[in-house]
Amino acid sequence: MSSSNLQLEAPLDPAFKVERRTATGRGDLLEVSMGPQHPSTHGVFRMDVVLDGERVTKLKPVFGYLHRNHEKIAENTTYLGSMPYTDRLDYFCSLTNNWAYALTVEKLAGLQPPERAEYIRVITAEFTRLQNHVCLIGFLLQDMGASGTPLMYAFREREAILDLFESLTGARMMCNYMRFGGCRVDLPSGWLDQASKVVDRFPRFLDEFDRLISGNEILAARTQGVGVLPRELAVSASVTGPVLRASGVNYDIRKVDKYGIYDRFSFRVPLGDHGDVYDRYMVRVLEMHESLAILKSALRDIPPGPIMDPKAKLRSFKPKAGEAYGRIESAKGELGFYVISDGSANPYRYRVRPPSLINLTVLEDMCVGHTVADAVIILGSIDIVLGEVDR
Amino acid sequence: MMESLEALVSRMASVLPAIDVSLVPNEAPGGPSSLRVAPQDGRRAAEFFKSDPGLRLDYLSNLTGVDWPDRVTKQKVKSKRLVDGVEKEVEETLETRTPGFLEVVYHLYSIELKHGPLIFRMRTADRMAGVHLPSMTPVWRGAEFQEREVFDLYGVRFDSHPDLRRLLMWETFEDHPMRKDYVEPNDYEYEPTAHDEVLAKIKERDSSGVSGTA
Amino acid sequence: MDEGLRGELSRHGIFTTSLEGLYNWGRKNSIWPLQFGLACCAIEMIAATMARYDLARFGAEVFRPSPRQADLMIVAGTVTKKMAPQVVRLYNQMPEPKYVIAMGACAISGGPFKQGYNVLKGIDRYIPVDVHIPGCPPRPEALLHAFMTLQKRIDAQKLTGPSRPRHLVEEAPSEFPIPDFGPHDLTPGKNSAIWAPPRKAQGV
Ligand code: SF4
Repeated sequence: MSSSNLQLEAPLDPAFKVERRTATGRGDLLEVSMGPQHPSTHGVFRMDVVLDGERVTKLKPVFGYLHRNHEKIAENTTYLGSMPYTDRLDYFCSLTNNWAYALTVEKLAGLQPPERAEYIRVITAEFTRLQNHVCLIGFLLQDMGASGTPLMYAFREREAILDLFESLTGARMMCNYMRFGGCRVDLPSGWLDQASKVVDRFPRFLDEFDRLISGNEILAARTQGVGVLPRELAVSASVTGPVLRASGVNYDIRKVDKYGIYDRFSFRVPLGDHGDVYDRYMVRVLEMHESLAILKSALRDIPPGPIMDPKAKLRSFKPKAGEAYGRIESAKGELGFYVISDGSANPYRYRVRPPSLINLTVLEDMCVGHTVADAVIILGSIDIVLGEVDR
Repeated sequence: MMESLEALVSRMASVLPAIDVSLVPNEAPGGPSSLRVAPQDGRRAAEFFKSDPGLRLDYLSNLTGVDWPDRVTKQKVKSKRLVDGVEKEVEETLETRTPGFLEVVYHLYSIELKHGPLIFRMRTADRMAGVHLPSMTPVWRGAEFQEREVFDLYGVRFDSHPDLRRLLMWETFEDHPMRKDYVEPNDYEYEPTAHDEVLAKIKERDSSGVSGTA
Repeated sequence: MDEGLRGELSRHGIFTTSLEGLYNWGRKNSIWPLQFGLACCAIEMIAATMARYDLARFGAEVFRPSPRQADLMIVAGTVTKKMAPQVVRLYNQMPEPKYVIAMGACAISGGPFKQGYNVLKGIDRYIPVDVHIPGCPPRPEALLHAFMTLQKRIDAQKLTGPSRPRHLVEEAPSEFPIPDFGPHDLTPGKNSAIWAPPRKAQGV
């Protein structure tokens, strides 16, 4: 800078000058309670965080703000009476919740849903997965600061799928559709064509999203190397679903248990290498492509026929004493139901194995050392729904 | 495929000296049977399940509590007896008291060998003071929150759990609401649609003079 | 003002209004809701703000993450007893004039989870509610309807006289007591000043 035209006046009082002090901060840690009302905790989730400046040094999740006593209520009602409650566990994925519960009770009572019902289950479950992953990615990007647009796109696609659910089950979100031994109603006429249209249109959205987001520099900078979950820890902490697979563990219950008719479809299981937020994001994107492949062949092959096991009884349903554990690969991970029957009309013990809650076991391990802003996207990449975390 | 549970029980008895493990049958058509392990042997058995090369159950899928309160079973027994010198058939009611306990059930799978489930269960001594069980968190991290939940809702204390606090209810809450004898707060009779049992509950409460919490 | 005269004037490009009308018009068309969701209903609330339902048509798309900047609390979802004190606290932190929409069966009465030991049987036990939306979950259209209802209510408010809104009554409370966690339940279980059990259930 040239000093020629900048003539500072000499101060009147030479002692009246800015005095520079040295910082005397003692480096105190700051305890922050994020939530239960916080715009980026995906509901009423709370984390008690200890911060050193911007860095997280300790993080303790606090649960229970949406503890709705699902299990207690289920033990005081009939088997079928709990079906609508399962919708409200992971309220993005009511149909897969239905399926997991139906599967468990079918094991308990020895029921076998007919072909067509199995196909309908696969179709609705894969649509649910699509819809869940789309929203998750929207929310994740929202957390990253991409305010609005990705979420708008995601909800646009979600609405198309919800329309399908609505015309099939009568409800957008709370479908209450599956029954022990089959499904509640058959597909309405024209539904398959409508569904095929949604399936055909979906790749366009995925490509658009891919071009917009997946190669984006900001996305890469914010997510690569952030929130790394090592493989051994993931297994030992019972992490399941896309989070587990992003850490490189090949475990998809659709492949392992082959429940329903998943052995009839050929699909691949995407795996990550690094176990960071980016891998978790990409695993979900790839899973959506595979879901579309499953949907295509299921929509093509679905046979006509009955949709209920003739042995199934809706009213005064009393399975014999015993216990069963059924599990499926929901969009979040392993969703399991454990039911003990004592021979009466109500389950003696009814337990939901919530993937969202158990995946949070490793939240602290993933967040320590990162900034608060990263903690938010690490949480977002686990994909939790509070209805399922707290039940 | 995993070996049969009978074979596993006998193998455990030979590998782990003096272990107390038995088979619990399950009558459901689709559900496998399970093993009962005594609490003092819990950790040993768990380490065995995890590290045995034939099992490799590295993944604790599900952990949950079950409450079995004290039960009184009444049984009518007919017996022949001499009454006043004449043989008569008399009917008697026999009462058997089964003391209650809390039970924790574990579902294990193997991610490495892709098999499972192996189900094992442990019982507490009673439902009052002897509600201690060994914690499985040091073996499988995945037990951490689930054990806290069982502690919260059932009141089972897991020894050597790193951070045993309530998970869902608030800290100052005193009850264990998933127990079968839990009495819930009497606060929903005031609904405009009160009917049937709810109405009966209001009547009962009004006649006993106890006022609700609301 | 005479309606005929007002019409006549507006034909000549002269627009007249009352202070009250202007005040209410401004308030009702820029309601800023609190960005705050509790459960399943919150998802439908988000859906209502998205492209298909477009809450922005009602001037209410600016969801504020801080209660200090919000006019409207949409209680969207189940209020549990563990959450209830926070909800009341958030409400207390909002500046007057403030409104509450109870969205969904749960916020109204506990809904399907009414029998739960940790579920609050209706948020109106602690804070005053302006509009109730039934449904489980209510469709986004129902939320839009609730908005229109709220707008009508705001529009009809008289600024003077005994029926004036709460924020213009000096002595009216704008904060409500926050319940405490007790050993078995929240204490107290209701705010008696604003809520009483329905008369039918009292056996009257
Ligand atoms: S009213 Fe229904 S949809 Fe809404 S929060 Fe309650 S259970 Fe969920």
